[in-house]
Amino acid sequence: MSKLKDYIPVVGQAVVDDLNILAERLRGKRIQHVNSTAVGGGVAEILNRMVPLLKEVGVDTCWDVIKGGEQFFEVTKKFHNALHGRPEEVTAADFEIFRETGRKNAQEMDTGADIVFVHDPQPIMLVEKKSGNKWLWRCHIDVSNPSRRVWDFLMDFIPRYDSAVFSAPSFSRRLPIRQFLISPSIDPLSDKNRELPNETVKQVMDKYGIPRDKPVITQISRFDRLKDPVGVIEAFRLARKHADCRLVLAGGTASDDPEGMSVLSEVREKAQGDPDIHILLMKQNDLEINALQRGSTVIMQKSLKEGFGLTVTEALWKGKPVVASGVGGIPLQIKHRYSGLLCHSIDGAAFALKQLLGNPAYASGLGENGRRHVRNNFLLTTHLRNYLLLFVSLYTSGDVIRI
Amino acid sequence: MPELKRAAEPFVFFSRLNLPELTGLKAATIPQLLGLIKKVPGAAIYHHTHSFLQQHDAFVSEPLNDFAYWVSSAVGDARLGEKLAAIDTVQFSSIREIRAAIVSVIEGHLKESPLAQFRFSGEGEEFYFVKSVSFIYSLGRQAYTLKEFLDILKQVSVDCIYFHFIEAKLRLEHNHNDFSSWIRLSLGDEETAGLISRLDPYTQSLDGLKNSIVSIVEKKIGCLCRS
Repeated sequence: MSKLKDYIPVVGQAVVDDLNILAERLRGKRIQHVNSTAVGGGVAEILNRMVPLLKEVGVDTCWDVIKGGEQFFEVTKKFHNALHGRPEEVTAADFEIFRETGRKNAQEMDTGADIVFVHDPQPIMLVEKKSGNKWLWRCHIDVSNPSRRVWDFLMDFIPRYDSAVFSAPSFSRRLPIRQFLISPSIDPLSDKNRELPNETVKQVMDKYGIPRDKPVITQISRFDRLKDPVGVIEAFRLARKHADCRLVLAGGTASDDPEGMSVLSEVREKAQGDPDIHILLMKQNDLEINALQRGSTVIMQKSLKEGFGLTVTEALWKGKPVVASGVGGIPLQIKHRYSGLLCHSIDGAAFALKQLLGNPAYASGLGENGRRHVRNNFLLTTHLRNYLLLFVSLYTSGDVIRI
Repeated sequence: MPELKRAAEPFVFFSRLNLPELTGLKAATIPQLLGLIKKVPGAAIYHHTHSFLQQHDAFVSEPLNDFAYWVSSAVGDARLGEKLAAIDTVQFSSIREIRAAIVSVIEGHLKESPLAQFRFSGEGEEFYFVKSVSFIYSLGRQAYTLKEFLDILKQVSVDCIYFHFIEAKLRLEHNHNDFSSWIRLSLGDEETAGLISRLDPYTQSLDGLKNSIVSIVEKKIGCLCRS
């Protein structure tokens, strides 16, 4: 695991000095993160990196995961879809299953830290145990157009928190508590993002049988309808009429996502018999994902809904030109025609692909701007700094604070 | 090296970090935008006229305030976008003045082009008001001479430069940037103070601004050493 000093060559000494100064203000406070899965998905990935660094700067931090059975995670998947605005029948029995698991976790989990930091809706009910300590709720998903029913259910709990955190301005709503904008981040030193020798990239591309005889377009995502993998295939086929290329759709499924396998079947059916389309169901292997991104010519992220879109951040960090939907946190990362191309439809995505494949110098310029933007805003060290500021904010008020 | 003038009061280096706070307020039309610009906290006006400078220093060719970017790209009113982008933020010494200038430009435009009030952004492309919460802290370093000042300046982050050059002037309503004020008042060096004051932080990256200040001070020290 990387130490803070290892980040200095990437972000500079001053950034690390700031972290130490802020951590000093939090001496004696204990922070407890709570989420629903220890592996798979962006939240667990960030916490796996964040928690050791918080400890290293001297902030007493722990991380707990709630327990839930298959039924509970089916309900939370329904919540997830409904909060993203997809039609989903959430029944009274579903709410009861959620409440029951919530109560059980509340009984079993010690939440006595000075600051309890709850991630996403699954553990949201824990706040019923609040007793004099500070509570934060971080919503990692796009709730710009949520199902009213599910949102109203969550509103039984959200106002009991001290502050909420969202990943994009469009997710914010009028709330009776303070709400902050904090982007998630990537770790530039992790296996998923560190520099790789060309030989490693070649080995991985060969392992998965992806020839680099023509440009490779790649979308790395869980097999999830909200990532629109079928739409990616359609856009690719439109673009291929004018620029010969390959498509790679690679990803796995998270342990809290029971829908993944059925989406994978739909995608395989759609791609059947097309030798230029490579569907890769992968186990968690960060180094291989890194190599696939680096071995690609263009990265796509044609999500219909997106929390922040860390796969976009990863691609930009690798200097890759990106075509992505203008949803969720993606417009924070991509300024259209400056650090990538935004699209809003299959036709738009196809047109953007053609532009990039036909103009390699233009594509390269977008990639360079994107990398610099990520360095300034979306690396783990910035994220860590913003969390420290968030913790400090719980004990202060006003818009200009002397600490 | 001849002895440089020693100030009675040192320059104390501070830095600031910023956390964006969401307001839940949004606008889909220019009149809605105008109405909210008039009533949101100054911290929101500050955020939308300065966050671009901090987040997107790679894209210096883009407009430097969020209002200009939004009316051009989401509402499609390029003329108003140009007028808002052309507001010379560097001339103002308070958020109140910046807010008044923006209001005046938008009101003038709506008078000149009444149809502009009927333009609206697409769904999901509304303007979301965010405000900046600033955390200010001492770096625990101070300088009594221009040489000490230069040595520390070279080591600090761009956040420190940003605080003393922009934020202290606007949010704490110091009349000038802190560097020029100290050099003028404590070292009596009007020329160097003036050269630094003339730098426009809105047309270069923060790294570029830092390098410019370092270069001015280095030249001054070089001159003093030769004389």
